[in-house]
Amino acid sequence: MAHTPKIIVVGGGLAGLSAVIKIAEAGGNVDLFSIVPVKRSHSVCAQGGINSAKNLKGEGDSVEAHFDDTIYGGDFLANQTPVRNMCAMGPSIIDLLDRMGVPFNRTPEGLLDFRRFGGTLYHRTAFAGATTGQQLLYALDEQVRRFEAEHKVVKYEGWEFLSIVKDEAGVCRGICAMDLRTMELRTFPCDAVIICTGGNGAIFGKSTNSVVCTGSAQSALYQQGAFYANGEFIQVHPTAIPGEDKLRLMSESARGEGGRVWVPKDRNDKRPAKSIPEGDRWYFLEEWYPKYGNLVPRDVATRAIHKVVYEHGMGIDGQPMVYLDVSHIDRHTLERKIEGILEIYEKFVGDDPHEVPMKIFPGVHYTMGGLWVDANQMTNIPGVYAAGEADCSIHGANRLGANSLLSCIYGGFTAGPNALNYAKNVAAQKGDGGAAKELVRQMEYNNVLLHNQGTENPFKLWRELGETMTRHATIIRYNSGLREAEQKIIELQERYRNINLSDKSQWANTSFAFARQLYNMLHLARVIVKGAELRDESRGAHYKPDFPERNDEKFLKTTKAAFDEANQAPQITWEDVDIQWIPPRPRRYDIAS
Amino acid sequence: MAKGQTIKVEIKRQATPDAPSYTEKFEMPYRPGLNITSVLVEIAANPVNTEGKETSAITYDSNCLEEICGSCAMLINGKARMACSALVDRLLDETKSDTITLAPLSKFPVVRDLAVDRSVLFENLKKVQAWVPIDGTYDLGPGPKQAPQIQEERYPLSNCISCTICMEVCPQFNTQTNFVGAATIAQAKLFNMDPSGSVLKEERLRALSGDGGIQECGFAQNCVQACPKQLPLTEAISDMGRDVFIQKVKDFVSR
Repeated sequence: MAHTPKIIVVGGGLAGLSAVIKIAEAGGNVDLFSIVPVKRSHSVCAQGGINSAKNLKGEGDSVEAHFDDTIYGGDFLANQTPVRNMCAMGPSIIDLLDRMGVPFNRTPEGLLDFRRFGGTLYHRTAFAGATTGQQLLYALDEQVRRFEAEHKVVKYEGWEFLSIVKDEAGVCRGICAMDLRTMELRTFPCDAVIICTGGNGAIFGKSTNSVVCTGSAQSALYQQGAFYANGEFIQVHPTAIPGEDKLRLMSESARGEGGRVWVPKDRNDKRPAKSIPEGDRWYFLEEWYPKYGNLVPRDVATRAIHKVVYEHGMGIDGQPMVYLDVSHIDRHTLERKIEGILEIYEKFVGDDPHEVPMKIFPGVHYTMGGLWVDANQMTNIPGVYAAGEADCSIHGANRLGANSLLSCIYGGFTAGPNALNYAKNVAAQKGDGGAAKELVRQMEYNNVLLHNQGTENPFKLWRELGETMTRHATIIRYNSGLREAEQKIIELQERYRNINLSDKSQWANTSFAFARQLYNMLHLARVIVKGAELRDESRGAHYKPDFPERNDEKFLKTTKAAFDEANQAPQITWEDVDIQWIPPRPRRYDIAS
Repeated sequence: MAKGQTIKVEIKRQATPDAPSYTEKFEMPYRPGLNITSVLVEIAANPVNTEGKETSAITYDSNCLEEICGSCAMLINGKARMACSALVDRLLDETKSDTITLAPLSKFPVVRDLAVDRSVLFENLKKVQAWVPIDGTYDLGPGPKQAPQIQEERYPLSNCISCTICMEVCPQFNTQTNFVGAATIAQAKLFNMDPSGSVLKEERLRALSGDGGIQECGFAQNCVQACPKQLPLTEAISDMGRDVFIQKVKDFVSR
């Protein structure tokens, strides 16, 4: 009997579910691992929409224009061929989602409606209210549930990926995972693995990300020999609601539907926002960027808000906040198009954004970097693929709004069939493929962690990590600060050895699982600060006042971090970027081009 | 409440599904802007109870912290709601007391502390085939045109976050009736309204007509009041009740 290839997909967000669907449809055997029930994955937090050049507004939009906006928006750091492929696949992905029953907003004629988003002049973003990620994830979740009911997919929800199983030749032969209820460790054999574990916002403490977005799986793979690329490129979203526990996203769609960012012209103006007349408001984005206005790319808007608050000292009431105002838009339009996000504001802040301008500030949002992959979405470890936010491709130095959902589905749709194809042709493994050895390695690690008699609390170490990363490695970066951050992380790694878990039980022990994630977060944090320190230029989201210009001669390169086992530190090398389609040009949103 | 004061939290805990439950009390400094999930993180960072005894962090489910993933439903001051959007300031105002009580949802098996097993909902969604049976994911062009009015009726139903609060508060959702609950019925309506999803309409209606089906609903209307996403649940139940009845008559006549 012919061998049915077995693929393991790790992560049940948009990218993971997309890969699962393609594999199951092609007759492959697929196991899906997820920490949370897949319907609760972080993709549900995406709000504004999904890009595709459907050109349904008579504007002459095209795949080529989408491709150019994405490359230009990413400041030419992305390898161009996969981006071109993604933009070309865009229209058929939207059609498919439509057929799956996603409740996209409609025009009066019954066609899909599109809105504007940052970094483009076209209406290119399909949307389902302001909960597009939730709606897309549910549509894919439903298709996977259908395959599950037909026994084509087996879900392992409540299992956490710890590592891959590698044979002596370095080829992936399975994974090692932990059941988060019984705390049981087990290895699972397979022919290929697809890592779809999202971003790493938790490394910055407070971010717009969900609790599970720790980057732990990516870090584990990096420590097992995978390259981690462009780690220093972290998107700080311009409009988030500052919060005690997290920064809640206020979607770019608020501006896409006409929302305006402003501060009072007089920093001592104490009047309620609504009563400040038009002439006394400073719409700084519209003034500085007349062509794109409030819809400049995120890195540009974020730096502008930062400048207004910290250089001009113009934050509202002296606080690090500016107004995001939709109160001039009619209620019916708001209800039809962005109600979901306005509800979030009202629930968590208590003010009604239909009536009063929202108070917002930038927050860590998206991981442009990730596991290094080739054009087939394969990492440098044979048999290990990656897709979605967990990989480094597509977005370069800055992601355009509404491109993330598209890149997740494109990545899954590309990785799935490629992994299956690889699995059909891979040579049979010898013996257990290294499974027993990997299981012992992970068991030993667990034993050390559970029996450590130290004094450090993992949640406190995590808070210190978040504070130092947010201070030194977000909007504005200085080499002195980045070196300070590196020293701090090394100190935290030392203190980690002295950890003591408040809970040593073997049932649904969340502190234990968190401590394991924290270990991986610390290693990945070092990759981020080292890459940032070595990149002496400014490009996209990476901005150094001491090196304010982009330097293509030296840094039009992908940063590749490899784990140096002996020194327990990242080793950085550089790789040329694929620029065969669009020659790099200066990126200037302040002048018409 | 002012800075410098403390808040008290009483948590119903349980080490394993079979272990007896007990209440553990905590105290922490008040800060403005706290929600229940940040209170639980605070305990994890400083796991000491009011008796000054070291204890373990609380096990609970959470993920997005912005009421869209559906993870953190629990009983807060006896009421089923999402822990992330339960703001401490409002809770204190609500009860005029400095004590907040937390307990797991009562209708689902406890895993540990505040975490419960809600997989029954996902199984119910399989029973009603809550999906559009597309031919395949290859490029088949756009879906059918759809009037904006249909989208506007479907969209609110598609906002269900599977938190199971509607099931928790329903008097009929219990082991005697095997009632599927409002969330599943609303999803069946969502897919019956979809032009392509409606191909499975009859099968969905039959799935809702048997044991534990729609006739178990007692019209208590607790679900629609408790739903954190304001789904039109009672409307969905009455629409589906009518359709199930018509289907039963059709099936009877054509037998």
